[in-house]
Amino acid sequence: MPRLAKQGSVVLAFVVLLIALPHGLSFSQQEILVFLTINVLLVTSYRLLTLTGEWSLAHVVIMGVGAYSSALYSKELGIYVPVSMLLGACTAALIAMFLSYPLFRMKGFYFLIGSFAAGEIIRLLWKRFRDPFGGPKGLKKIDPMPDFDIGIWQFDFFEPVSYYYFALVVVGLSLWLMWRIERSPIGLTFHAVHWQDKLAQSVGVDVRAYRTLAFVLASGFSGLSGALLAHYIGTINPNSFDVEMMVFVLTWAIVGGTETFYGPILGCIVLTIFNEVVLRELGFEQMRPFIYGLLMICSVLFLPKGLESVVQKLLLRRANGDKQKEEKADPKESEA
Amino acid sequence: MSGPFLEIDKLTRRFGGLTAVDELSFTVEHGAIHGLIGPNGAGKTTTFNMVSGFYKPTSGDVRLHGESISGLAMHEVARRGLVRTFQHSTLFAELSVLHNVMVGTHMNFRPNIFSAIVGWDHEDRSGAKARAREALDFFGLLELENERAGELSHGHQRALGMAVAMAAHPDVILLDEPFTGMNPEETKRMMELMSKLRDSGVTILLVEHDMHAIMGLCDQITVMSFGKFLAEGNPQEIRTNPTVIEAYLGGTHHAA
Repeated sequence: MPRLAKQGSVVLAFVVLLIALPHGLSFSQQEILVFLTINVLLVTSYRLLTLTGEWSLAHVVIMGVGAYSSALYSKELGIYVPVSMLLGACTAALIAMFLSYPLFRMKGFYFLIGSFAAGEIIRLLWKRFRDPFGGPKGLKKIDPMPDFDIGIWQFDFFEPVSYYYFALVVVGLSLWLMWRIERSPIGLTFHAVHWQDKLAQSVGVDVRAYRTLAFVLASGFSGLSGALLAHYIGTINPNSFDVEMMVFVLTWAIVGGTETFYGPILGCIVLTIFNEVVLRELGFEQMRPFIYGLLMICSVLFLPKGLESVVQKLLLRRANGDKQKEEKADPKESEA
Repeated sequence: MSGPFLEIDKLTRRFGGLTAVDELSFTVEHGAIHGLIGPNGAGKTTTFNMVSGFYKPTSGDVRLHGESISGLAMHEVARRGLVRTFQHSTLFAELSVLHNVMVGTHMNFRPNIFSAIVGWDHEDRSGAKARAREALDFFGLLELENERAGELSHGHQRALGMAVAMAAHPDVILLDEPFTGMNPEETKRMMELMSKLRDSGVTILLVEHDMHAIMGLCDQITVMSFGKFLAEGNPQEIRTNPTVIEAYLGGTHHAA
């Protein structure tokens, strides 16, 4: 029981920290915080996709599908913004469903290239068709979240702090859903499909269906992150979702590590802080992409299992320390 | 139910100009351990791959309970009650032993995403775990359930492969060279496990090189040579069959 209370208090402290966080930051840092929150959802949904072992290069474009469709639903059809965000996420999932038919005829490297091509096709369609996608200039004046008042806090969504709270709730809920999925037998089946698809198939797992399920779910959450982004910045264009952004997502995932749920989140947070705060403060404006790339190479060379492996080591050491303390009288289980 | 339990009917597979399996026919009785043997390159593994749905046959048919299963995808074949294991130690090496076997319970406890999120699948989850533990216990692996599968000894890995298949509750298990790389002690233990598995009501079809194991274990043996049916009978008949001895040439002293 005291252990549960301890865990509860840690969670509570964490929530309080997240709520208090924006008040200690400058306006531009608050804006970065909003983007960071959205990107956490993006990179976590990417990890859900990689659970079955396939790495896609279309993920950011799928995010764009969510952004574009949510923006258009609210703009053209006058749908209430939070609803249109959900519809945007559903549209992204639906498009992913269609894409999965040709794409999952391929595996590994071929899937990677195929997904890249599929993503570029979607992106070029946005550029080509001025109606309704706005062509190369994209969509402007996207409806913002309507303001509302819950008594203790007045939500004015032009304020980054308000939007941060809103995004925090949406992202938190999405992370919880993805966590539940991964911890369920479905998550176990995803892992099985990743490690030995033939063996999984031999005991009755429809491998293709599970690959599609992971792809569709991940795309839905990625579309939701796109919708969050669109209604915050108010303007999107095809280049907001290009390969450069995809490289950022890959970098977060690789530097953070994809073994654990928190790995990519860790990568995203650490690299964003590094990129936006440290390098900007130090005045490396022009050199930032260069240093960013260098950092990725270094992490692949020296930390091939990602930042998460460092955390795992620390946790393991602490757990072993606790164990030794608890089981001094019973030395038979203290194997390191 | 009338008719044979598992029937292989004029099964043929060509790779380009090479006919790996040529109009092979035999039947497997319910509740038997049936061995499929033959010299290297006789087409045993190809036959296996066709029966389990890994390859599509060029022509011919496989019937289980009288229903045609040839040409179906492997997971569809599995859902009709026929599960295979693989040569070598094909396992989910990164997962724990228990999780390996829990993947095997997939068909009996189909996960559902909505109940998984809400948490309404407690019964299924504990059912799957109980079924997995039962299979582990059967193969004597229960103490190892928290180990990583990739870190087990070779013999344990082979046993785990069979436990994964058994957890799926099949009517027929296809074992692809289950004794490869085992020492005599492990082989003996594995033979006992297979007899036990047969006695629990599972029909076994196996491909194997180890003549000693085959002769001691099988109720019925089918011999193949160059993709064709050569002979069939119980171990005693096969041992003394002159065509079989000729096909194996020097290989027969194993059997004696």
